[in-house]
Amino acid sequence: MKHRNLFAMPYVLWMILFTIVPFFLMAYYALSIEGTFSLDNIRLFMDPIYLDVLVRSLRMAFICTLICLALGYPAAYFLASKDFNSIGVLAVLFVLPMWMNFLLRTYAWMALLEDSGLINRVLLFLHLPKAKLLYTENAVLMGMVYNYLPFMILPLLSVLKKMDHRLIEAAEDLGAGRRQVFMRVTLPLSVPGIVSGITMVFMPAVTTFVISRLLGGSMFMLFGDLIEQQFLVTGNWNFGAALSMVMMLLILLSMAILRYFESSATEGGNPT
Amino acid sequence: MKKFFRGTYLAMILAFLYAPIVVLMVLSFNASKSRAQWDGFTLQWYLELFSRKDMLSALYVTLSVAFLSALIATILGTTAALGIHFMKKRSKNFVLGVSSIPMLTPDIVIGLSLMILFLALRFSLGYTTMLLAHVAFNVPYVIFSVLPKLKQMNAHLYEAALDLGARPAIALWRVILPEIMPGVVTGAILSFTLSLDDFVVSFFTSTTVQNLSVMVYSMARKGIHPTINALSTLMFAAILALLLIVNKRAGLDNVM
Repeated sequence: MKHRNLFAMPYVLWMILFTIVPFFLMAYYALSIEGTFSLDNIRLFMDPIYLDVLVRSLRMAFICTLICLALGYPAAYFLASKDFNSIGVLAVLFVLPMWMNFLLRTYAWMALLEDSGLINRVLLFLHLPKAKLLYTENAVLMGMVYNYLPFMILPLLSVLKKMDHRLIEAAEDLGAGRRQVFMRVTLPLSVPGIVSGITMVFMPAVTTFVISRLLGGSMFMLFGDLIEQQFLVTGNWNFGAALSMVMMLLILLSMAILRYFESSATEGGNPT
Repeated sequence: MKKFFRGTYLAMILAFLYAPIVVLMVLSFNASKSRAQWDGFTLQWYLELFSRKDMLSALYVTLSVAFLSALIATILGTTAALGIHFMKKRSKNFVLGVSSIPMLTPDIVIGLSLMILFLALRFSLGYTTMLLAHVAFNVPYVIFSVLPKLKQMNAHLYEAALDLGARPAIALWRVILPEIMPGVVTGAILSFTLSLDDFVVSFFTSTTVQNLSVMVYSMARKGIHPTINALSTLMFAAILALLLIVNKRAGLDNVM
């Protein structure tokens, strides 16, 4: 093709404008104050108030991922082992919430958790004291799990379904008990799915601000809230940009760690 | 016995996933605004939904941005993939690396960095900037959907077409394009879906024009409103219908 090189030109220009330039703009704001180079923004971040927010975000994202894994793996396992025709109505039902608008899903939990909402009504009915559910850390955590659980189930389901069942049969033929089959065949082979699921849950969980804003109230600050606040409320773009760069670093770091675990796990469990 | 356990567990998870949605659906028909009392069946919230200009306009914005950005991203992404496919290794790796940045970056950072860009270029944050932002995060997905198809394609098909006398443009259109079409379609659908559901990027890149997610966010911050319940119910029904149709016709394996 004579002009094949030209095909990518429009896109490369686009890419420079919309990916590279914004990144450098962000870096510019992060590393400067009033136009002159400064590391003060990063120093500001070292303040305990802000480190607290970071730690809280990491902690909640971590717990959320664990819960999603604990709830999602069995669900995916049972779904995959169901004997009916590959992906039936049941799987549609599990995937459906994922396709619902993210805001509406979070909003739905507001309706359930609020003081006059359904859960409290049930408690009232059982003559139990009213619980303050909305605008608490647990509400945010539950909102996270609710939103991200399908994203954990999906990759797990896909990996577990594709697994070669002959390997399990072979293991059983060789005398392995059910636990052994799971621990030494199924689990290692499902690691790519686990890593995928963790990626799809941890990343959004660390960076979210919608869930914390709606379910935690304006007082509840996660890392995403902090960044949004710096840009839209406080107007301190320099600090906000610095925080964004910290967040990006965080994401890259966690991806590298996950990548490392994935390669070392699959190397060991490689059947061939 | 084991089957019973499996079934119950799955049922509990499903209950967890659907409880809030079901509550919203029931409340959407509740005549009273209260979330605690049932005052009788009514369709008033649905009617109000259709009479509210802001909601209808938000719906229009969401659908049109999703459609247009998917269209533009698909065209841009497919031509890009074609170009990238024939690149030399070094430039190819560089372009691919930079292309994957939007996919790895958290949406807050994408939204904010594009906002900074638009403001630095003195654009006003509205429909156009939102559209551009959506295209920006969609294109990489199109590229990465089309590229594998290009790799799988038999390179000799194109040469064969040329040998048979076809001009390069015709060969492209009638030989290469059909081969990569599944990738193109996947990319287009993916872009459309990502756009439909987007909140964060739309929030930061447009102040005057709202899409549905942004609208729900600003309404939800003030509390629960029955029209949103009606909206949720309708969207849920639409998506359910869509997924069932797709499942019937193509098998859900293709969509997942």
